[in-house]
Amino acid sequence: MLEVNGLSKSFGGVQALTDVSFAVAAGEIVGLIGPNGAGKTTCFNLINGLLPPSAGEIRLGSTEMVGLPPYRRARLGLARTFQNIQLFGGMTVLENVLTGYHLHQQVGVFAALLPLPMVSRARAENRRLALEFLELVGLGGKEDEPAEALAYGDQRRLEIARALAQQPQFLLMDEPAAGLNPRETEDLMALMEKLLPLGITLLVIEHDMTLVMGLCHRIVVLDHGEVIAAGAPRDIRRDPRVIEAYLGREEDEP
Amino acid sequence: MTAYVLHLAILAGIYIILTVSINLIIGYAGQVSLGHAAFYGIGAYASALVSLHWHFPFPAAALTAMLVAGLCGLALGLPTLRLKEDYLAIVTLGFGVIVDLVFLNLEFTGGPDGLPGIPPPSFWGIDFRPPWLYLILVVVTVILVLIFTYRLVDSYHGRALRAIRDHEITAQVMGINTPAYKVVVFTLAAALAGLAGSLYAHYITFINPETFGLHTSILILAMVVLGGMGSIAGSVLGAVILTILPEMLRQAHAYQELIYGGLLMLLLIWRPEGLLGRGKLSLKFLKRES
Repeated sequence: MLEVNGLSKSFGGVQALTDVSFAVAAGEIVGLIGPNGAGKTTCFNLINGLLPPSAGEIRLGSTEMVGLPPYRRARLGLARTFQNIQLFGGMTVLENVLTGYHLHQQVGVFAALLPLPMVSRARAENRRLALEFLELVGLGGKEDEPAEALAYGDQRRLEIARALAQQPQFLLMDEPAAGLNPRETEDLMALMEKLLPLGITLLVIEHDMTLVMGLCHRIVVLDHGEVIAAGAPRDIRRDPRVIEAYLGREEDEP
Repeated sequence: MTAYVLHLAILAGIYIILTVSINLIIGYAGQVSLGHAAFYGIGAYASALVSLHWHFPFPAAALTAMLVAGLCGLALGLPTLRLKEDYLAIVTLGFGVIVDLVFLNLEFTGGPDGLPGIPPPSFWGIDFRPPWLYLILVVVTVILVLIFTYRLVDSYHGRALRAIRDHEITAQVMGINTPAYKVVVFTLAAALAGLAGSLYAHYITFINPETFGLHTSILILAMVVLGGMGSIAGSVLGAVILTILPEMLRQAHAYQELIYGGLLMLLLIWRPEGLLGRGKLSLKFLKRES
């Protein structure tokens, strides 16, 4: 589904990513982990098109995405949630979700300005769908509140609902559990599991090991911009290079 | 007295069009423009020139004004709208100054003397010379502009614009073609300002560069900020108040400007989001992203 091949990125003299390759199959939840500064978010920004890679290919399905602007990648079915929540603060909860629906407007560019019955029909339909997504993430009944007024955990859910409204095939989640308490993390895991049957494949950056080990089918480990391990959670847990990257090497006794 | 009130009402109508148009750029798309009066002037000159030289009837002249101003907006917007706030402010400011200088120095714009003898509108068998008839023409135009902008900001395009204002990167990631939206809204706003210019030129029947300088750009900006960014009703209110207020302060003579400026400052301290603006976000572009 998503294939990253030989991806490299340098910022001036700093090599953020070196020859990163991995693939995510349809219907998988893959975790992207690694110590701080390993290049995880940079990797997301490259997949999203927010940064151009120095080298490498990124394929979604059969489409090569390098060179496409972010909004074109969104049209291919790519969505994203952010590490620091990025809601549209001047809008209500419902409007945030409706914005996610931007890609799927059936009404033409000019027709949208006219008082046509099809416009109001499409509006009612969009609203119904948006409310469904809000219900799914557990924000039912809060649609008319200003997005900024939501509690932190609810803002995380809203970001997910907004991404779902894009009806993506592939969702990048950048530390979805950051700042959540253990209960909220559990709710989040339950929600993420509900996404697979919707036909959404997930690539997740996360530090919360309960979530990573409990949810991910496979894990890719980055350290200093390189893939140092990839595989099933139980193998990753035991991989000496991963342990070293996280905990450091044990000095030999003299 | 009535003639004076009619005159103010006509000017207020023209300012409403200007304010509503720049509000699309500032209040909805979250971009900056400090040179909006340039498009107002371009529209006025374009409309005056085609009427004087080629005897275009008013509707055709007004359309020409919109087209020329819109094209200038497109030409300015295409290369510059990728700039961030502060830089865009400087570029649009520079554009305003340049256009003003062009009006001042070109032969066919009449230089500092401007263009006199612009014919008042007369079409469909109606002579719009009497001020009350001209007021009707302005009011009808304002209503059409308001209907158009209301429908625009109320549609999914309006939501896309607000998404760009709140978080441009996120808007892109969500599939909104942000460069296209910014250029289109800039072009539309320029065209509407051109329409206002046409209405002004054929009303006063004489134009010179003085009307379209930086102070007018700032005045339009003040109207939007006062009324509330991102609110069309606010733009209307802001335009009306700032057309009438200076006139009401006329008795204060020397203190007119002082009181005017003081009132504006007090209002913005008391209600920084403007009279009808929503939330604290309306002034966001003046702050730096943290």
